[in-house]
Amino acid sequence: MDPGRRPPRTVSDPKVRQVGFFAAPEPISSSPPVSDISPSGNSLSPVMIPPPRHSSDPRPPLFPPASPGRRDSLTPSDLFPASSPTASSSYADAEFAFSPGRALRTNSVRPAAAAVTTSSSLPGRGFDLTAAVKASGVPAFGLMKIPSGFSEKVGNASVEVENEQASNSKPLKEKTTKAERRALQEAQRAAKAAAKAEGNAPSVVNATAAAVNVKPPKATKTPTVAASEKKGGGGSERPIEKERKKEVPPPRMQYDDTSRVEKAKRRSVVKQTEARNRVELFRHLPQYEHGTQLPDLESRFFQLDPVHPAVYKVGLQYLAGDISGGNARCIAMLQAFQKAIKDYSIPPEKNLGRDLTAKISSYVSFLIECRPLSISMGNAIRFLKSRIAKLPLTLLESEAKAALKSDIEQFISEKIILADKVIVNHAVTKIRDGDVLLTYGSSSAVEMLLLHAHELGRQFRVVVVDSRPKLEGQRLLRRLVGKGISCTYTHINAASYIMHEVTRVFLGASSVLSNGVVYSRVGTASVAMVAHAFRVPVLVCCEAYKFHERVQLDSICSNELGDPDVISKVPGREEINCLNNQSNCDNLQPLNLIYDALPSDYISMIITDYGMVPPTSVPVIVREYRREQLWM
Amino acid sequence: MWRRSASFILDNRTPNDVASASRPESLALSPPLQSSAMADADANSAYYQTRAAHHGVVTSDWLAQAQAAVGRNPDDLGSVVASEAEPKPASDSGKPFSVIEEFNNWRKQPDLAEAVAAIRALASVIMSSEATTMMELEIELKKASDSLKSWDKTSISLTAGCDLFMRFVTRTTALEYEDFNSAKSRLIERAEKFGEISTKARRIIAVLSQDFIFDGCTILVHGFSRVVLEVLKTAAQSKKLFRVFCTEGRPDRTGLRLSNELAKLDVPVKLLIDSAVAYTMDEVDMVFVGADGVVESGGIINMMGTYQIALVAHSMNKPVYVAAESYKFARLYPLDQKDMAPALRPIDFGVPIPSKVEVERSARDYTPPQYLTLLFTDLGVLTPSVVSDELIQLYL
Repeated sequence: MDPGRRPPRTVSDPKVRQVGFFAAPEPISSSPPVSDISPSGNSLSPVMIPPPRHSSDPRPPLFPPASPGRRDSLTPSDLFPASSPTASSSYADAEFAFSPGRALRTNSVRPAAAAVTTSSSLPGRGFDLTAAVKASGVPAFGLMKIPSGFSEKVGNASVEVENEQASNSKPLKEKTTKAERRALQEAQRAAKAAAKAEGNAPSVVNATAAAVNVKPPKATKTPTVAASEKKGGGGSERPIEKERKKEVPPPRMQYDDTSRVEKAKRRSVVKQTEARNRVELFRHLPQYEHGTQLPDLESRFFQLDPVHPAVYKVGLQYLAGDISGGNARCIAMLQAFQKAIKDYSIPPEKNLGRDLTAKISSYVSFLIECRPLSISMGNAIRFLKSRIAKLPLTLLESEAKAALKSDIEQFISEKIILADKVIVNHAVTKIRDGDVLLTYGSSSAVEMLLLHAHELGRQFRVVVVDSRPKLEGQRLLRRLVGKGISCTYTHINAASYIMHEVTRVFLGASSVLSNGVVYSRVGTASVAMVAHAFRVPVLVCCEAYKFHERVQLDSICSNELGDPDVISKVPGREEINCLNNQSNCDNLQPLNLIYDALPSDYISMIITDYGMVPPTSVPVIVREYRREQLWM
Repeated sequence: MWRRSASFILDNRTPNDVASASRPESLALSPPLQSSAMADADANSAYYQTRAAHHGVVTSDWLAQAQAAVGRNPDDLGSVVASEAEPKPASDSGKPFSVIEEFNNWRKQPDLAEAVAAIRALASVIMSSEATTMMELEIELKKASDSLKSWDKTSISLTAGCDLFMRFVTRTTALEYEDFNSAKSRLIERAEKFGEISTKARRIIAVLSQDFIFDGCTILVHGFSRVVLEVLKTAAQSKKLFRVFCTEGRPDRTGLRLSNELAKLDVPVKLLIDSAVAYTMDEVDMVFVGADGVVESGGIINMMGTYQIALVAHSMNKPVYVAAESYKFARLYPLDQKDMAPALRPIDFGVPIPSKVEVERSARDYTPPQYLTLLFTDLGVLTPSVVSDELIQLYL
């Protein structure tokens, strides 16, 4: 529309949309004339939905503002970053970067961890607190039991936590009255005093309540905490720039940061050697010489490591490339964790939730050393950790283990296997007789879809587009041809040639990010762009557990680098392998990207276990899905 | 009703009757239509029949109505309320109950949207049901809605209405009401409310869209949509100065009816033949269309010709506004035009068509979301991408 030509609009009262079930629809006046009927006013909308089962009202008034009981509920949080014996802080960071969005996520599990380094002041926070408050059943004196040895610092840290909570309650500001805020401050002050007093005296470690709210070793290191503690002690509001700093999520492990890489290396199990000639733009990503570590690691298989053998095995398989594909990797990891949990026993004087989380973290950092985590694995790990954190403290060890085991099983069967079936059922409705379907690489969901459509007797042809160096399409092709589907196999270079006869493009995805970007095997984006140019609909099949709330605009910030040699060398073709002896040449920087990011403009539809949605609706799915996962 | 080739009747009368109104050239151009597509008329979809019965086609009743009563408003609310009372006893009668009959009963009412009729029909299933538990009732309802849906696969709003009501049943009852009877009556009450909702939703949409109609603007309208009519009517009543271009809407001539209604409101109207859209587009400030269904991508399914108008408008940077009630939101996701069950209709070309010549008889097309600017719904003014968000929240 032409804004210049439009007269200024009449300013009417803001129109509030009401979706959902609202009670007591007041009858509207039957006079049609303008603008005294606002859509909110007459509230009788056809799409009234009764409220969902869980409380969707996230913020009841924050009642016991400084109740130490809540700190108990923070349990999981602290456990998390700190106490893994093997993982160095930098590795922990790297892992967080992949166990996505530690600061962004809206669940309650680790506010304190966030308090240590950064904090999100997302509105989701209010949510967490209430959940936390509900969960806590610990008497109020829990605060007083600060374990010895942490003395002053711990006191500070815990105060820090308190402050954090105070700041968390900021979004609630409209709801709390001045008096309440006042009370909250008072309580904090009292708490701090108590903590200090208690901190000097040796006291008993209270395994349940107190042990949890301590030990952010990073906190003790960083000067910012101390500073903020001084300010926070005054009970005054935090300065704004402080806030802002906290909103920034922790940086992912950047591999061009030499000091941190050094630190990480010292701790790592897998001895990787850094590749030498790396592309400048991708220096922040890890890249190692390939083929050197495997024998070494294999020989150490029977040495007693902190890493459980099942996990070790899976790690080696990742390293060797025996397990690839998002779902396969994720399932293998979860099953390894299952075994590890089965063999796990709580060390004396330790808390299951805390110790197990630490263990899992160490396993995860081992797996990261073998191959960077995929986003789906990050989500699965996040799920597992939140499950561990939510275990009731009263549970016996065996019960807790059994519960976790069944949780993992449920995750595998519901979020992965069943989800694939649902996706297939949705997607098959989009295959008509006479279609020519194109797929790129090898995606398990797409393969299931094609086989299912074939079973249903649809008449269609498949074009499998493949690319070097992995040539994954060949295995897919073999299976499809084996089932009697007529196929065409071609190279990605021929995509623009073959595309004109294609009617649908089906793609798999490693992850779908909340701006609708599909993160997938390198080459996917080119195929989708060609398809878009030919006006061929592009359908992406992706299970909802691979969705992530991160936003990514390019393939640079977060990616994985493969072995650069495999693209420069073609096995069995000596005559064209002229780069062999130049790998150490200074002005040659080979680059083998594993993933690329496909912008949402090129995607017609994303098929998930929640149905077929446009790429613009990914954030909605992420929101709903997270909630479900939290409340499940 | 549509079998009596509506335009045939119209054409016979054209010379004397329509002279007063802005007289469409196309009428004179198209010679009397003597039935060529009539032979395979049975293949026409029920969707199309409803449309024809409701508003789409210029029928003889409509002609009579239009001639007789200039001042009478066919969208009179009172008549709906009065007529609503009638079919209810029918469901109590001795003969075996059938949802489809019930639905057909309901949809005969002129002002009742199809989705609402479906919901009413389902409500009468509840009324006549002998189920004693919620589960039984749910199963019975499910069956009824499935049969209703399979009876007419082409109608989107029918499907959407059924889904919506089923959603309501499954979401509410088992959770909240312990007592079966109160739950049952609650459901029936709820279904009855839908009747008023459909008119109320139109009112809301009309109010919302007033901000977008400015003095001196030219609006291009395609098809006869009750919502769009309500929008224009409200704008006219609030003394806005605008003019309307109506497309003819060829086989059904829906544009004629709309132009007639608008002329009654003293809105300046110009009729265009369908192929003159691009020709007039630079005079147009905005395009207003209704929708048969709003699909999950945010695109709409509407009367044939909407897509090309949207394309032309898009290429000339004119906004395309869609007025649609939220019960038309359907969990469908067509990828292209052929991705829906086609709703077929008869097309008269005036001259006999050789049997070798194929005729495209589809009655509607799909407009992808990127060509739409805004959707006016009773949930508010939405961008196309929000539709999916609403649907996800509704159905997940």
